[in-house]
Amino acid sequence: MIPLTDRVDYLANLSNNLCYCLAIEKLLGIEVPPRAVWTRVMLTELTRINSHLVWLGTHALDMGAMSMFFYATREREELLKIFEMFSGQRLMTSYFRIGGLALDHPRGGLEAVKKFLEMFPPKIDEYENLLDNNPIWKNRTIGVGVVPVDKMLAMGITGPMIRAAGIPWDARKDEPYSGYQNFEFDVPTSTDNDVYARYRVRMEEMRQSVRIMGQALEGMPDGAFQADAPKVVLPQREKMKTQMEALIYHFKIVTEGVRVPPGEVYQVIESPRGELGYYVVSDGTSKPFRVHMRTPSFGNIQGLGMMCEGGMIADSIASMGSMDFVLGDTDR
Amino acid sequence: MISELLQEDPLVIALVERFGSAIEAGSLEHDQTILYISAASIVEVCTVLRDEHGFNRASSVTALDWYPQEPRFEVVYLLHNVKEAARVRLKVRVSGENPAVDSVTGVWPGTNWYEREVFDLFGVTFNGHPDLRRIMMPEDWEGHPLRKDFPIHGHKYDYGETNQ
Repeated sequence: MIPLTDRVDYLANLSNNLCYCLAIEKLLGIEVPPRAVWTRVMLTELTRINSHLVWLGTHALDMGAMSMFFYATREREELLKIFEMFSGQRLMTSYFRIGGLALDHPRGGLEAVKKFLEMFPPKIDEYENLLDNNPIWKNRTIGVGVVPVDKMLAMGITGPMIRAAGIPWDARKDEPYSGYQNFEFDVPTSTDNDVYARYRVRMEEMRQSVRIMGQALEGMPDGAFQADAPKVVLPQREKMKTQMEALIYHFKIVTEGVRVPPGEVYQVIESPRGELGYYVVSDGTSKPFRVHMRTPSFGNIQGLGMMCEGGMIADSIASMGSMDFVLGDTDR
Repeated sequence: MISELLQEDPLVIALVERFGSAIEAGSLEHDQTILYISAASIVEVCTVLRDEHGFNRASSVTALDWYPQEPRFEVVYLLHNVKEAARVRLKVRVSGENPAVDSVTGVWPGTNWYEREVFDLFGVTFNGHPDLRRIMMPEDWEGHPLRKDFPIHGHKYDYGETNQ
């Protein structure tokens, strides 16, 4: 199942991995060791930066600011290298497992993250310099795509868009998951509620992500990276080849899968685009009875109509870009 | 039957007082409240939840198919109160024959596409929905792919070769 969740939102694959794993872990009632929790936080924040960078580049491209895209992909390249170090994949990472991580940190992985964190914040200033001094960018975004806040909420719009409308709702703060209560960060908001405000909020979110990653890096605990749950977590290769018990569990998990006790759970996380929820129902077998993904793009894109109403056709491009939707995330 | 774990919950008490037997059952699973509502009063309950209990948005609407049990479908409403970070899950049992339930698009317009999705994939009709069309599958698609009796490999298509 986990590789499938990558494909849902190919720019926020680890967020989807995380949400699914958290839901199943809740059903199973297993505790994830701190090293795995902190690594998960660190890498999902990196995913947020990844997603926001792609959004920034393409959104600016839509608005006629072509060079922004080159700068954004330049930094994204560094970030994808980190994903590759950890998981072996640049895009479809599938790095999280039920009960922890797929692998422990690679050699030099944390140093690479540290280098990225030193390199990245000045680049955000560079992007802002590039765009905020661009009169076309400002003319096309300020005062565009404004919708009353209560209408946005009723329409199901979430994430940076609703925060740019003045509601400080962030699942990381309001319904903490995966240890986010241990991290210090701010939820950037704005009350302007236009395309420009959404840009400001996302830029600030990247800075906050850097802040969270810094804390995760500094306090990265040692120890196990997978839970001690032999019926759920695949045994290490070495153990599997030397211990009978581990071999049996390996065989059972690979052929049969993980048996999840009957029940249902709705797990919410804050993906780069907004509220990402996995509603999982188990009937006690190793195959989920129902997995419903409440993806942020599907909810957000519904509001496009009311955002464009009464405006100019050219402004609809700005509104659409400010939603930051991913089509894989829309039709699942 | 309302679970003992929910007897103290002020929201559940208020709803039971107001709607009585329309709140059919309730349970608490993994700290999440689940309430079964009778199909006839779902719109009314949702309106009260929105106006008096601050549930200003519906996260999602989805369905479960318990084939071959009867009543076969459960339509699930995932509601959210942003201000208090509270969530509640409503469920409506719907029979397998001509499954239909009243639409809540009048309460939260954002449920529009979610109800269309349930209509498309499960074949549950929403009465009073402003635009009930398929949203995922092609318009001329037959059947509802997320029903448990839908063949996993899809229906076999005849491309006209056998008839020649």
